[in-house]
Amino acid sequence: MDTARKHSFKEKANKMLGINPQDALLSKTFMLVSFAALLIGGTLGLIQGLNRAGLFDLPSWFTYYQVLTAHGILLILVFTSFFTTGYFFAAHSHVLGGLIPKVRKMAWIGFWLKVVGLVVAVIPILMNNATVMFTFYPPMAASPVFYFGLVFIVLGIWSCAFASFIQVANWRKNNKGQHLPILSYFATGVFVLLFFGSVPVAIEVIVLIIPWSIGWVETINVMLARTLFWAFGHTLVNIWYLTAISAWYVAVPKIIGGRRFSDTLTRVVIALLVILNIPGGFHHQIIDPGITESVKYLHVFMSLAVGFPSLMTAYAMFSVFEKTSKKKGGTGVFAWFKKLPWGDVRFLAPMLAMIAFIPGGAGGIVQSTNQLNQVVHNTLWVVGHFHLTLGTTVALTFFGISYWLIPFISKRVLTPAINKIGVVTSILWISGMAFMSIAMHWVGVLGSPRRTSYTTYGDNATALGWDPYLMFLAVGGTLLMVAVLLQVYAVIQMMFFAPKGDTEFPVADVEDNATKTPFWTESWGRIIVIMLLVIAMGYVVPLVEFITNAPPGSPPFRTW
Amino acid sequence: MKMHLDEKIWLILSFGMIMLFTIFTGYQTFVLGLGPPSNMETIDPQKVEETAPFDAPGVYEIGENEYEVVMILEIFRFNPGDIEIPAGSTVHFTMTSKDVIHGIQIAGTNMNAMVTPGHIQTITQTFHEPGEYLVLCNEYCGIGHQHMATTITVY
Repeated sequence: MDTARKHSFKEKANKMLGINPQDALLSKTFMLVSFAALLIGGTLGLIQGLNRAGLFDLPSWFTYYQVLTAHGILLILVFTSFFTTGYFFAAHSHVLGGLIPKVRKMAWIGFWLKVVGLVVAVIPILMNNATVMFTFYPPMAASPVFYFGLVFIVLGIWSCAFASFIQVANWRKNNKGQHLPILSYFATGVFVLLFFGSVPVAIEVIVLIIPWSIGWVETINVMLARTLFWAFGHTLVNIWYLTAISAWYVAVPKIIGGRRFSDTLTRVVIALLVILNIPGGFHHQIIDPGITESVKYLHVFMSLAVGFPSLMTAYAMFSVFEKTSKKKGGTGVFAWFKKLPWGDVRFLAPMLAMIAFIPGGAGGIVQSTNQLNQVVHNTLWVVGHFHLTLGTTVALTFFGISYWLIPFISKRVLTPAINKIGVVTSILWISGMAFMSIAMHWVGVLGSPRRTSYTTYGDNATALGWDPYLMFLAVGGTLLMVAVLLQVYAVIQMMFFAPKGDTEFPVADVEDNATKTPFWTESWGRIIVIMLLVIAMGYVVPLVEFITNAPPGSPPFRTW
Repeated sequence: MKMHLDEKIWLILSFGMIMLFTIFTGYQTFVLGLGPPSNMETIDPQKVEETAPFDAPGVYEIGENEYEVVMILEIFRFNPGDIEIPAGSTVHFTMTSKDVIHGIQIAGTNMNAMVTPGHIQTITQTFHEPGEYLVLCNEYCGIGHQHMATTITVY
């Protein structure tokens, strides 16, 4: 009892005094790497947009495919994973009464493992020894150094994940019978997915690829490797989405002066996203050989099922907006719309992110059904899709978070001038992505492939007809580049130069008359068991098929 | 747990929509036979050119207005290329890869399939309209990926 009281005193002190300097340093460091990755990755994105529009030839010592490999890894893995870790450890520190020293140490170990892994992976990319894209499908074989870098990154992710689990377990030990604060609940969902989602790719890299790329074994099982990759690949992007919606559910209602949506349903959404996510990755293989139509059909259902919690989220968000505005006197069906603080970047950025998820999510449903997938598979449509979901929904939400999180961890304030920069950045970002994504979706349906440098296929009339659409990639890319520069400038300002002061970590309360959340939502063990059962349902049959009916394997190829 | 009526309606609609998509996809796959290319045969990827039918890639007339194309995908070409067939032909493609993973896509049609080393992929497409169709590789396969293309001329 004594320790519990001491603990809750510490929690209160923590909330009053703000984040302690050691936890702040940890989060700030993660944020700096994250936004450095955004700057470099974004620049590489602009180069691709200009090349794809036919405006810019890349030199032979730095090819389109090298640029694309680095762009993918920097933005889908580095920007996102460093942001997520920095954000959730700041959240743990804030809502759980400071990080315990062991956890902080593990998070730092995770940080350095990831940084070392990143450097080790990027060097062969720069030297043109790993121009294999972030999907690195065998039998294309990069330099073994590249794969060792990936292993370090995964180990870093695991170290951070277990640091989060230990922090949560420690809090629960001292707060028996209480619900885990909602942000830490989100963090637990994210790190559970990060850990279990990265197990397949770790097996792929460590067991299959590394011995083969070094030459210890001669051949590799191509389809097994590809399937293990996608068990991880799609989970990864949905993890960033889950991170983004944590801010929608928890921070946005507070920023607009409201209360958050039903605590129970929020936890149900998180649990569902954790349970349903991993088998969803199979829809990347709908037109692959070696998988039967019935297995693919099961996976269509499993992929579409992920849409359900997102539709619940859509309801939750609009419900919060409407309730909050009504409290402020907005009446009528659409009056609530005007009561929202559009001039506040902390609201505007995540709101635009949510709006982008409407076409983004709808497009996702379209492309996970068998026949429609066949029309758009590996075309620019898919690139347009994930620039809406990841590039807009996730990235803009992360930007929005940065305008309160970075002042909070830096003990500084968000000035009106920086807020204005944020508003401009958000508008530039959504406009740039709109130009780019709409053109990509359109030209993708016409047949223009993804991951292909500028080509007219020998002045083929069909391919020439795509050129006007591809011009929009350059227009969009340019707007996005300006937005990246502004965003990075804002981050640096808020971290090092803005006036000193206290900034709130916005965590909305539940409604006063909220019903009590049932305690079963706390049993993560049960959620994980159900998740593993669903994964087994989706993966046991195809994996057994690929292993028992495997064709003779493939030797390594270097085709670049 | 308290749930508003409008929320219940929304959730039922959401669930119904997802079920509808699922059922419709199943109907197209299993009743109309429009399933995605999913051939299960395997082949030794290092002995493609010694294994039938890939020892003789080419275009074969197998019936009235019906053709089989036995095709090897390799860096950075389709073998055979520059295919010519009469309008109204149904073409059965039998394909494999000699090296890395490729994809075959014919712009202006719904034909799109992954071709991975070690597996034989099949897909069927009927060409009704005369014209020149662009066939391209849509999976990054190396430094010359953007040149991996050919045409099918329907006359």
